[in-house]
Amino acid sequence: MSGVRVAGVGLTHFGSHPERTGRDLFAEAALSAKEDAGVPLDDVEQLNVGNFAGPLSEGQGHLAPLLGEAAGLSCPATRYEEACASAGVAVREAVRTVRSGEADVVLAGGVERMTNHDTPEVTESLAIAADELFEVRAGVTFPAAYALMAEAYADSFGIDEADLKTDLANVASKNHDNAIPNEYAQYQRELTVEQALDAPPVAEPLGLFDCCPITDGASAVLLVSEEYAADHDLDAEVAVVGTGQGADRMALQDREHLARTPAADDAAAMAYDDAGIDADAVDVAEVHDCFTIAEVLAIESLGFYDPGEGLGAARRGETRADGDLPVNLSGGLKAKGHPVGATGGSQIAEMARILRGDHPNSDKVADAEVGVTHNAGGTVASAVVHVLEVAE
Amino acid sequence: MSDAGFDEWLHAFVADDGYYVECANGHGHLPPRRICPDCGSTAFSEEALPESGTVETITTVHVAAPSFESDAPYDTAVVDFGPARVTGIVVDAPTGAVEIGDEVEPDVGASETTGDDVLVLRPV
Ligand SMILES: [Zn+2]
Repeated sequence: MSGVRVAGVGLTHFGSHPERTGRDLFAEAALSAKEDAGVPLDDVEQLNVGNFAGPLSEGQGHLAPLLGEAAGLSCPATRYEEACASAGVAVREAVRTVRSGEADVVLAGGVERMTNHDTPEVTESLAIAADELFEVRAGVTFPAAYALMAEAYADSFGIDEADLKTDLANVASKNHDNAIPNEYAQYQRELTVEQALDAPPVAEPLGLFDCCPITDGASAVLLVSEEYAADHDLDAEVAVVGTGQGADRMALQDREHLARTPAADDAAAMAYDDAGIDADAVDVAEVHDCFTIAEVLAIESLGFYDPGEGLGAARRGETRADGDLPVNLSGGLKAKGHPVGATGGSQIAEMARILRGDHPNSDKVADAEVGVTHNAGGTVASAVVHVLEVAE
Repeated sequence: MSDAGFDEWLHAFVADDGYYVECANGHGHLPPRRICPDCGSTAFSEEALPESGTVETITTVHVAAPSFESDAPYDTAVVDFGPARVTGIVVDAPTGAVEIGDEVEPDVGASETTGDDVLVLRPV
């Protein structure tokens, strides 16, 4: 089995670019990954791209060869769709391809165009990540589904509503602080706990600032085999050493746990086992905080906290940039933005930058050697976890 | 749109004949199901859903999808009926009034926005 190195990463600015096509966004990210890696496009043997709503948002199916063409590639190209975990799966399959020896150079990433539609339309297109018959037809939006999980969490662990909201507001505030120096982030500005608490409600207990924004953007990660990196004298010190994926019942009503995310438990266990580490070895994490409660569930699934213990982590400072285990130094989905199908790839890109030392927040974790990314689909009916390590 | 299995299940609540499907090993699910995701059984029978269930989690939705725009704000809840859980919109109660642990009974109502049939939950 070949080792896998991150040779280069590329991101567009995450934000509102309603006039820019998906193909243009992806081409920008791919080009910057190529330049970062110093690998010629002719060497790319495969493209794996994540996208969720392209057929709805752009009227564009059969996206992968189109994006390959836009990125100047002439190699097999496949689209992966797993709701918000689309790019996570695209990267995971790229890792498996390189490991198997089938290819030495694979470009993986994702793209989403969302702001060309108004909020109600986007709400409707995001809702298709839930169970259409039993949830969407019962008025469950994406924020509502996470709100149902948040209320179940508070009920399961005996937390009162005011404490729940305050602890969640601390998650949002922390992630905004982290986004301030990140040039790719949608919101490079502070959000106080008070502002988060005063925001209009979306689905109680979640207010506007508990929810990630609507975002356009693309991500690209150029993965190469260890042999290719050595042969071409690439500066590729970050390795992907673990990958895992899990699944759960689609509808909340069919889950064993409404306040836990077993798909992410399984993905984390698989990725840790693959990497030969446990949760204690992790120095820094990028997790899927599409809603503030999602970050809480993520850090519990990743084994950093027992169920019911993760809620206060941001308030206590433990997951802040200067805490023991910084979470979402990029700003997370909350402040960096959540172009759905691009997100999993952007987490890998941000983590690679953090570990390489060229992320604006790298100095917060100067000795970090092991980073974990957690990418969830829908209400965590699917989850993908990766372990990255500084290899040399 | 017509969806075999689901439409029959939903409309059974009109006649107070709500049901779930049970596999040969006693696992309860909502239809349509061909294979039990718990045990792989393919033998199902229709069983009566208890007349009321307990709210397991609930939220007040303020920002709705276009198909529920005129309904907002509304409460949507996951309700435990024992053999199966059901998700629906709470009616006949002010938003925020129904809480986790409360008893509700299922019925068929209509979306105020589209007029489409929806599963509604009424406080007992
Ligand atoms: Zn069964």
